[in-house]
Amino acid sequence: MSVEQVSYAYSANPAQAPLFTLEATSFQAGPGEIVAILGPNASGKSTLLKLIAGALAPLSGRILLNGFVTHSLTPRTRAQRIAVVQQESPLLFPARAWEFVLQGRHSHRPSLRFESEDDVIIAKNALSQVGAADLSDRWMDQISGGEKQRVILARALAQQPLLLLLDEPTLHLDIAAQIGLLDALRRLAAENRYTVVVVTHELNLAAEYADQVVLMQRGRCLRVGPPVSIYQRELLEQVFQTPLSVDLGSSGRPRVTVLSGT
Amino acid sequence: MRALTLRRLLLQCSILVVILFVVVVIALKFGAVPVSLYALGRDLLRLILGQSSQISSDYGLIVMNIRLPRILLGIIVGASLAVAGTSFQALLRNPLADPYVLGVSMGASLGSILALIAEPHLSISPALAALLTPLGAFLGAGATIAAVYFLGRREGQIDSATLLLGGVIISSFLSAIIMFLMNTLSGNLRGLSFWLMGDLSTPLQKSAYWFLGIGFLLAAGAIYTTAADLNLLLSGEKEAMHLGVDVPRVRLVVYVAASLLTGLAVSVSGAIGYVGLIVPHAIRFIFGSDHRTLLPTAALGGAIALVFADTLARTIVAPTEVSVGAVTAVVGAPLFIYLLRRRLS
Repeated sequence: MSVEQVSYAYSANPAQAPLFTLEATSFQAGPGEIVAILGPNASGKSTLLKLIAGALAPLSGRILLNGFVTHSLTPRTRAQRIAVVQQESPLLFPARAWEFVLQGRHSHRPSLRFESEDDVIIAKNALSQVGAADLSDRWMDQISGGEKQRVILARALAQQPLLLLLDEPTLHLDIAAQIGLLDALRRLAAENRYTVVVVTHELNLAAEYADQVVLMQRGRCLRVGPPVSIYQRELLEQVFQTPLSVDLGSSGRPRVTVLSGT
Repeated sequence: MRALTLRRLLLQCSILVVILFVVVVIALKFGAVPVSLYALGRDLLRLILGQSSQISSDYGLIVMNIRLPRILLGIIVGASLAVAGTSFQALLRNPLADPYVLGVSMGASLGSILALIAEPHLSISPALAALLTPLGAFLGAGATIAAVYFLGRREGQIDSATLLLGGVIISSFLSAIIMFLMNTLSGNLRGLSFWLMGDLSTPLQKSAYWFLGIGFLLAAGAIYTTAADLNLLLSGEKEAMHLGVDVPRVRLVVYVAASLLTGLAVSVSGAIGYVGLIVPHAIRFIFGSDHRTLLPTAALGGAIALVFADTLARTIVAPTEVSVGAVTAVVGAPLFIYLLRRRLS
């Protein structure tokens, strides 16, 4: 996957100055790699993710996935290659976890066809890959936040994508659920050769799990690189406007400590 | 895990077809003039065999020439309203959506009335003139749902309460215009209560049944091609897009087709309410909410419900009749309140 000089501008009305702009951003990520997009609120993280997902068309530049421009693919082809995990809107009518995961197979089958045996097997496998095989028959509105996030991830896996995009997947999860989800993600990226892009506010979790970090500020991509090269005290203090210290954690990855009241 | 299969869909449909048959027989038998089951069977057989000239008794003629066409109309109108309601509920992500509640039926009524008023002033052939009312109803329905949709949309998201409120307001505004038109323009237009409440008593020409039937099959068929997409739209437009749904195309197809269904139904039966609300809910409760089974089963359920409601409308105060729209509203409005309360809690 390669993001080449991509820019974007939001504006309420084309005649006026844009409300928000994303300046030319470039980075690459290979199969099996986890990329974390970091930055304060309104830095353009989610816009970048939407551009990569093909939901928005870039103003200039392009995003290539295996040589295809993501936003000019049809929704169906795009869904076969890119899966997006985002904060879920509540379901209108109750559904069981396995029905929900089967939705991931939509783009792989003609729209009037019923699910095949293969679809059911793929959905089952997706649920066991995220350690949620036992949730299969549970109702989506009766499982915990952590369990739900796993089922949503399973639906993305059922799409059998090349690229997996996640928008703050660990939000509202307790620490055990966060680690569980990210461990699953790392294992899956390695096993299935997915390229994973995660937007997050969790600096320490990003340092722990990401192979590459994209640091954003006010619509600009400041720096791209492995966590060690990005996690520098002055840089992070300036971007996040917060006094902090950076040292090496016991895993050998950088660790950020927020300094309060100094 | 038990994924949906064609066999299950056919099983569900055949159960409903049997129920529909029973309800049709009941509807043929009961009315101001009672008929024996034996006579009914004999006359139906003759009709099927093309020997309708042998139907001799007056009772038989009443049943075959008055009750049967009315039942046929009930089947088509009930199925149309139920499919339209199901579609609006999925598209607007609102379980309380229904062509009547959203004001779409009133829009279709007004469109029909305007077409009826305009008709004598246009010099067009009678065949084209016959199409004018359903066309007006379709345009009225389409314009209303577009208005309600834009009223209910805030910051790119559909706000459920605003949507319903918008529908109610538009509905009362449109019915006021209808009353105004009916009071100022007297003529040979059908009565006020027909357009505001709806009934199935108006006999149609034979060709109109074909027109309605084919229109229903085309529009419902178009909606059915998006059935799997509608399942995903329930999780939101963004999610649906990421799962591979061409959201703008599905939205357009379903809006046009559902407006067409509402328009066709209203142009021949007036604004019959709540069928599009109750039926999809009942069917979801029994058979689940997958649109690939929900749409056809809701169509059959709508036919059953309306034929049954119309039989009640003909018989409860026989020999006079009440509007079938009054029957469906008496049952539907309390159910609407129940669903609303459950949703708020």
